[in-house]
Amino acid sequence: MAQVVVVTSGKGGVGKTTTSASFATGLAQAGHKTVVIDFDVGLRNLDLIMGVERRVVFDFVNVIAKEATLKQALIRDKRVENLYILAASQTRDKDALTEAGVKRVIEELSKDFDYIVCDSPAGIEKGAQLAMHFADQALIVTNPEVSSVRDSDRVLGLLASKTAKAAAGETITEHLVVTRYDPARVAKGEMLAVDDVQEILAIDLLAVIPESTDVLNASNAGSPVIALGEIPAAEAYKDMVARFLGEDKPHRFLEATKKGLMGRLFGG
Amino acid sequence: MALLDFFRQSKPTTAQLAKERLQVIVAHQRAGNTSAPDYLPKLQKDLLRVIRKYVKVGDDAVNIGVERDGELEVLELNITLPSQQ
Repeated sequence: MAQVVVVTSGKGGVGKTTTSASFATGLAQAGHKTVVIDFDVGLRNLDLIMGVERRVVFDFVNVIAKEATLKQALIRDKRVENLYILAASQTRDKDALTEAGVKRVIEELSKDFDYIVCDSPAGIEKGAQLAMHFADQALIVTNPEVSSVRDSDRVLGLLASKTAKAAAGETITEHLVVTRYDPARVAKGEMLAVDDVQEILAIDLLAVIPESTDVLNASNAGSPVIALGEIPAAEAYKDMVARFLGEDKPHRFLEATKKGLMGRLFGG
Repeated sequence: MALLDFFRQSKPTTAQLAKERLQVIVAHQRAGNTSAPDYLPKLQKDLLRVIRKYVKVGDDAVNIGVERDGELEVLELNITLPSQQ
């Protein structure tokens, strides 16, 4: 049976898709057969971040509507073995997703894959609720900023009440991923420290991804951040995957390094 | 200028302000998520009807509340009987 992991946040623009892409890539690099599904129907982006936008023929909605088979819709990543992408539909709206349809697709994928990563849309409406509905675990992507933290807390409430696990009286394992972290600003008292975010949300800290110009470069090029080589954001994502898989890795990049102002301003 | 004075006196950083504000918001949000199941008003009405079979009481005689303490959930029920005449 596959583990279903939702990447969610409530607030938009905090790094869900960036994190989903790197997380799925990292799991596949570690040898686990992984599929990453874009749940943002109507506003698909994962295909761009993964650099497969020109290879999308059939999508998630086509599979749910039985207009295509899973085999036809799954896009195999060319860089990493064991990694597949299921794109969202760009033309339909969110109503094209049904609970029964999502369930069927996830059950079918479960037979073949080790990990199913669900990249949630922003918000707490139907699309986001379906993305989390069948999850065993959740990555809560949060920026060290008041609105993002509040929205993450709302999402934690939904995970505990509106999911299949919740209905069965079980709990989803929740992991905090703090993104766009700027240690220099934290040192100056201008940004919430990761400890404060964790204290407020009261869930396990999985990773801290530093603010970085490389993230925008990665999305420009259609390559997941984790594949960029030995830069802090990529290393932080590698640590995240290793920790998720049970390795004991200390958190890095929590202290300020000498970095240009421009770099911090324009970090993706 | 009161706000400015406030900053001069205690000089909390904006990150500290953010944390304090979030602690209040999140506590409130979590209370809102978990308190008052939606059947409470109906339960209150039903109880009132049953009590009225035996005692004549006013509309506000039954008070219901849910208290949460960690994992423990307590349904608190208060029935005020009319004073003996």
